[in-house]
Amino acid sequence: MSFSVTVIVLFALLLLGYFVGRKRSIYVSKNNTKPLHSLPQYYGYLVALWSCLPALLVLLVWTALNSSVISSMTISYFPEQVQQLSKDDLSLLVNEIINLSESKEVLQDSMKQAVVSKYLHLVELSQQLKVGVVFILAFVGMFIGFRLIKPHTRARNLVEKLVRWTMVACASIAVLTTIGIVFSVVFEAHQFFKSVSISEFVFGAHWSPQGAIREGQVGGSGSFGALPLFVGTLLISFIALLIAVPLGLMSAIYLSEYATDKFRAFAKPMLEILAGIPTVVYGFFAALTVAPFIRDMGESLGLQPASESALAAGIVMGVMIIPFVSSLSDDIICAVPQAMRDGSYAMGATKSETIRQVIIPAALPGIVGGVLLAASRAIGETMIVVMAAGLFANLTLNPLQAVTTVTVQIVTLLTGDQEFDSPKTLAAFALGLGLFLTTLLLNTISLYMVRKYREQYE
Amino acid sequence: MQKSAMINNEIIRKRLAKRYAKERRFRLYGVASITISIAFLLTLLVNISLNGLPAFQQTYINLEVNLDEDILGVTSSSNDKEFLQGNYSKAIKSSLKTLFPNVKGRKNNKALKQLVSSSATYQIRDFVMDNPNMIGTTQSFWFLAKDDIDVFIKGGIDRSLPETDRRIKDLQLIWIDQLLFDQRLEKRFNFTFFTQSDSREPEQAGIKGAVVGSLLVMLVTMLLSFPIGVLAAVYLEEFAPQNNKWVDMIEININNLAAVPSIVFGLLGLAVFIGLFGVPRSVPLVGGLVLTLMTLPTIIITTRAALKAVPYSIREAALALGASRVQMAFHHVVPAAMPGILTGTIIGMAQALGETAPLLMIGMVAFVANVPQGIADPSTVLPVQIYLWSDSPERAFIERTYAAIMVLIGFLVMMNFIAVIMRRIFEKKF
Repeated sequence: MSFSVTVIVLFALLLLGYFVGRKRSIYVSKNNTKPLHSLPQYYGYLVALWSCLPALLVLLVWTALNSSVISSMTISYFPEQVQQLSKDDLSLLVNEIINLSESKEVLQDSMKQAVVSKYLHLVELSQQLKVGVVFILAFVGMFIGFRLIKPHTRARNLVEKLVRWTMVACASIAVLTTIGIVFSVVFEAHQFFKSVSISEFVFGAHWSPQGAIREGQVGGSGSFGALPLFVGTLLISFIALLIAVPLGLMSAIYLSEYATDKFRAFAKPMLEILAGIPTVVYGFFAALTVAPFIRDMGESLGLQPASESALAAGIVMGVMIIPFVSSLSDDIICAVPQAMRDGSYAMGATKSETIRQVIIPAALPGIVGGVLLAASRAIGETMIVVMAAGLFANLTLNPLQAVTTVTVQIVTLLTGDQEFDSPKTLAAFALGLGLFLTTLLLNTISLYMVRKYREQYE
Repeated sequence: MQKSAMINNEIIRKRLAKRYAKERRFRLYGVASITISIAFLLTLLVNISLNGLPAFQQTYINLEVNLDEDILGVTSSSNDKEFLQGNYSKAIKSSLKTLFPNVKGRKNNKALKQLVSSSATYQIRDFVMDNPNMIGTTQSFWFLAKDDIDVFIKGGIDRSLPETDRRIKDLQLIWIDQLLFDQRLEKRFNFTFFTQSDSREPEQAGIKGAVVGSLLVMLVTMLLSFPIGVLAAVYLEEFAPQNNKWVDMIEININNLAAVPSIVFGLLGLAVFIGLFGVPRSVPLVGGLVLTLMTLPTIIITTRAALKAVPYSIREAALALGASRVQMAFHHVVPAAMPGILTGTIIGMAQALGETAPLLMIGMVAFVANVPQGIADPSTVLPVQIYLWSDSPERAFIERTYAAIMVLIGFLVMMNFIAVIMRRIFEKKF
């Protein structure tokens, strides 16, 4: 019985449990002088949960552990001298057995043939045991639930307790995700920093991980100085902010202070469309339309821009984050109390003077928070730079040259078939750690600033 | 006295004029920045549509193919294995030969064969296998034209360029003109683009596999992120104790996760789901898991906002009538907030649909020529397909990239449209 069939049968049992429990509780309440504690459907839920949950849990745990338990048991089938082999060789041998068992060929090697047949037997046994245990549990659970239908069982409280704990578990997934990110990135990065020192990684000016394809290769182990990547990332993000902050801020000011309701109702969704366009589309546009345009412009001005200039990626990224800046600033400008505006107008200030000298200074912490959030977006943006920025590390501040960024390198290092623990893939995780910490810092500061700002006017 | 007042007046008037000019300039900056942003948006959309529209048409070539037993090497009584081994390309060659009998030389013959896509042989094979009694007759077929021919017919290749700079040779130009004159070349609606999956040959490539992959990934994401997100939001909004350290930590965490770069989620998926749990690479299951973690913050935040908008009186009324807190939340507050919750979920889904970077990390960039059958089959998704095609040097692939972008944006517009409509119809004003 396959996994999905088992799950479907379990769900059928869940429904059955619900109806049986409900019917039974109605019957019990009719033939009992003492009324039941809860409504019939809660007894139904109770029976359904008892019949399904333990069985489902066992099923999931069994499926998750199945392959590792079976392979360790397979090892014990090998003769003594084979078991003396190193761990890696043993796991290779087990993989071979698994592959052989799928091909169903008769083997020459009698030792392997014996293990293969034992392995197949084990797999079958585990499968049958699993299905058996799961269904026995399901029926035992249903019986327990059935026995619980008594006047003094507080079915609703029991069910609601479970619901509450489920909700706590769901809410905790956010924390688990963060822990998962930190652990996975830190663990791999730690492996990486065993072979490359942190100072070399952060301050080294030469980045060419391609050398480290295999061990002991002529030409050394590649060099992992990530400074050019950091500079490239900052350069492109800076260009993006140079576009996004003035445009986004002025749009927000116009929309919140000047625009008529009609214009606002038209322009605001239009700006938000910019945020909804997938980044891969921006990347394609940057690479195929903006970059050639900039190259032609530069050439007509007598410059020699690279065909994958930082400027093209930066401009398009800037346009992408305009809506982030504008909608955040819009919220914040709207939160400035009307009394401050009125005071300024009463002194005879024009609208623009009020905005520049009263509203912007009052909203500044919030706006800075929004800009930091936009900066973190720009630093972490991947597809635009993967498609429109360069691949080769180039330590420069010239926006017309091709630079590469942290995210580009993560993608190039991790796409394609790699061994999981080669220095190349580990370097990607080290870069990921840097990226995560930087954006985390920016996010925390900006969220703190925005919150403080909100509290100031509440 | 009067004189100085007049001077003062003069100064004030001048300064006022200056201040008003400044005011007008400031307004102008505002209008200009909105105009620039919207102009960019329109440029982007128009550019994509203009470049993508031609890809919805495809050039076909009409050939009379003689299904001769000797040429094909199969008879009407052959079995399936023999049919699969038949020499169908020879039939196409000879049919081209009858149209252009003067072609001599190996190189020119090869160029002649390059007019027709390689899928033509399979087309004949399938026809012969379905209709074995037609063997020996001459049938008229419409074959896909090779991508270069297609691009040329759509005006993408300049015939005035010298031969060495062109993807189409002079001889081929003559043949194409002849075919056009015979009305054997025709542009038709490009069904292949919607019914086929990725291919190395641009004219045979389509987006079906990617669309199905995207749908499967969305299905997994939706099934996981909607219940988890809503339950988490209900807990934080309705049940969580105030001023509790754990709850504060969860809240800060969610706000932070919403701003973590998507590629970091890809790293998490690679290290945890693939590295630790052994989920196979490139499958919709692992893509859905990663996108679930990524969209959860969005769903939780919007759901909380929707729950906040439900007035407190509804909760009090429920409690006053003897409902438990769980009953209050799930029988009254959540249904009242449902339009807002669904809108938020759709927006989160739209985000996930356009996401590319984390899926590159978990290996969904593989070349997949089959339509995935389930969540455990290797597959690719629409944005990743766009990324893959955008890297190809062939012009026909670039055209298809634009077309795939149009399809993707079409899906996104549809989802957002549904969200807006739902908000309009179901929104309750309390």
